[in-house]
Amino acid sequence: MSTTMAVLGEFGDAVDFIFDERESPAGGARVGGLGEMWELMWEHLKLSGAAMGIASAISVPIGLWLGHTGRGGFLAINASNVGRAVPTLALIAFFVAFLGVGFWNLTLALVLLAIPPILTNTYTGVRQVDRDTVDSARGMGMTGVQIVRRVELPLALPLIFGGIRISAVNVVATATIAPLAGIVTLGDPIINVNTYGDEGRLAAAIVVALLAVVTEVSLAALQRGVTPRGLKLDRREATT
Amino acid sequence: MLLMLLVASLALAACGDDDDDDGGGGNGGAATQEESTGIQSDQANSGTTITVGSKNFTEQKVLGEIYAQAFEAAGYTVEKQLNLGDEKTALAALEGGDIDAYPEYTGTALLSFFGVQADKLPKDEAAAYDQAREGFAEKNLTAFEPTPFTSSNEVAVTKETAEENNLTTISDLESVAGEFTLYGSPECRQRLDCLLGLQEVYGLEFQRFVPVDIALRHEVLTKGQADVSIVFTTDPQIQREEFVLLEDDKGMFPPYNSTLVMRNEIAEQGGAALEEVVAMVNEGLNDEAMQELNARVDLDKKTPEEVAGEYLSETGLVQ
Amino acid sequence: MSAPLAQLRIREDPTESCEADNGFCPDWIADNFDRYVDPFFEHVYLTVVAVAIGFAISFALALIAYRRRWLVSPITQVTGILYTIPSIAAFFLLLPLTGRGKTTALIALVAYVLLIIFRNVLAGLDNVPDETKDAGRGMGLTDRQLLWRVEVPLALPEIMAGLRIAVTTTVGLATLAFFAGAGGLGGQIFSDITFKSNVVVAGGLAVLLAAALDGLILLVQRGITPWTRAVAAR
Repeated sequence: MSTTMAVLGEFGDAVDFIFDERESPAGGARVGGLGEMWELMWEHLKLSGAAMGIASAISVPIGLWLGHTGRGGFLAINASNVGRAVPTLALIAFFVAFLGVGFWNLTLALVLLAIPPILTNTYTGVRQVDRDTVDSARGMGMTGVQIVRRVELPLALPLIFGGIRISAVNVVATATIAPLAGIVTLGDPIINVNTYGDEGRLAAAIVVALLAVVTEVSLAALQRGVTPRGLKLDRREATT
Repeated sequence: MLLMLLVASLALAACGDDDDDDGGGGNGGAATQEESTGIQSDQANSGTTITVGSKNFTEQKVLGEIYAQAFEAAGYTVEKQLNLGDEKTALAALEGGDIDAYPEYTGTALLSFFGVQADKLPKDEAAAYDQAREGFAEKNLTAFEPTPFTSSNEVAVTKETAEENNLTTISDLESVAGEFTLYGSPECRQRLDCLLGLQEVYGLEFQRFVPVDIALRHEVLTKGQADVSIVFTTDPQIQREEFVLLEDDKGMFPPYNSTLVMRNEIAEQGGAALEEVVAMVNEGLNDEAMQELNARVDLDKKTPEEVAGEYLSETGLVQ
Repeated sequence: MSAPLAQLRIREDPTESCEADNGFCPDWIADNFDRYVDPFFEHVYLTVVAVAIGFAISFALALIAYRRRWLVSPITQVTGILYTIPSIAAFFLLLPLTGRGKTTALIALVAYVLLIIFRNVLAGLDNVPDETKDAGRGMGLTDRQLLWRVEVPLALPEIMAGLRIAVTTTVGLATLAFFAGAGGLGGQIFSDITFKSNVVVAGGLAVLLAAALDGLILLVQRGITPWTRAVAAR
């Protein structure tokens, strides 16, 4: 019973940390409070957003093209398998060791992390478009680009969003260890616990978990939103 | 009586003589072999358990290992809990009984633990130690005699930066700090011998402070990410020579000798013999030696454990 | 009695070496490889135990949900949330409850794989063609016999695929386990993040481990489902 109370107490302290500014346990500075949590979250979102934006801008066009032409399937499909095998910490450490710390170095690492699921899912999404539909479009005189834009892309959108969703959650999770590369995200209270204290660390863990769940849920809703009703029945989740 | 004098003088001859194993004499050869200058293992000590801790950077890990291995050689039962975190974390672990001892710096103790104001800091090493020792005594902690070496924080910039902006002292940064990024350890933000002190004593307002792991303090300067970084006086020479170390013209940094801080109960258990071991270990730890040990970890990539072992065997403390 | 001690050997010239430059140094790696051995085995332990426990739980859940469809949605939701919570956050959310150490790490790692395996086992079972099930029933098989002799074997490719995904991602997540005090290759990476040799070896070992376990499961899969090879040839 007392352990339960102790545990609840710790979570209570953590929630307190989110809302109330207080003296740092290391002394000399103020930590905690909504202002600070927001600053950390903003940095977290900036980093994640930049990485996702760049990764999508690269992967979706390439995935569309590979899917449309039917080439590079091996690469597109196995990108995810290879990407999955590389631990995020190793990826970030690799970039810190070879390029050094800094926002854009880290963003580059996160872009590499985000590309495989988006690429694989875009490719698969296009390949899964009914061949007859594509053929009739071609028969109507559409050029390749028009087919991609008006037929394949809209029909592949659900899977593309699925890939974006998977990547986004990965990137948000990995941005937590960004402080190792000098970028102060929500992971700072976790990695540099001395400045924020144990409550701060737990508070950050809670906020990160919530952020990941919100990202997942909102992108899932978006994915459902772009899925034509008829397709909702038979879609299987693509690669994780 | 005369025989003992003879043995004693032969022993002294043996101690002073590096090359000759035998001790330079036929008689009393067996006796001189026993009179080694190293740490003697005492069976009685095995009843005392000492948990040695350390903070989270190279020099600390090496010191922690040295003391741990020295105590082990003296026959104590030793546990290690190195790499705990910053000074506040280490002190909390010590006061809470998670560890029994760890090496702290006199200057750090004065600023971070005892709240001594920058203008009241003792400039003299011995005075700094005395004040620290008193402060620790109030917490029921024993601060052993300090090491010869001092390891101070220093403010470093690249040679180009120093040339472009005419920087030789920390005060010179006043005009350019607003455009500069300072990289330091996470706790630097709150330390009077780090960012906080630079703000209060020198009035410097940097454009940005970025917290990075202590291990990256040189990296961020060489890779051009940081304009200013905080480094240590005991960093390997080759790393120090790469940069310009700004002079502390307002005397913000106190002396930093390392003193082993131990809980009173364990210190009492160990008694004078324990004090002796610590003194023997400290004797060889001058500035050059500490720099060399740090270099062996940071440059040669040896483990702190290995390097501590090398220190103890090269100085003859542990055979 | 304080006779002078011997001196520490101080280096004369500035150190010029591969390691001092934080470079990629094959010699250093060869000499110091033993420092990666223990972390490697810790890593193997964490991965294998987490996936084994996760598999046992999810497989059971999937079998239950297979017969009681109304359970599918709630189980998917719960395991989905566990999957979405970043492991490093999970380590510290669990800290007040289970403290530092392997247990905390294992719980977080197990929580992550539940969704993957649950989803794949269920999908595999769902994909068994109705005709095959009818044929089995026609042959007089009970529901339990049908399950274990027909449905599960036919679902194996899907199940193994899920297992492969689970294993490779768990190797990746286990690199963060040192934050929970559980050791593993991540601790080694973190100990010198700027030393290229260290990062490449520790990171490389993790990638190799993932690839090896993935390949191993693939081999096992080929071994126990020989009929799929003929099908794949189409």
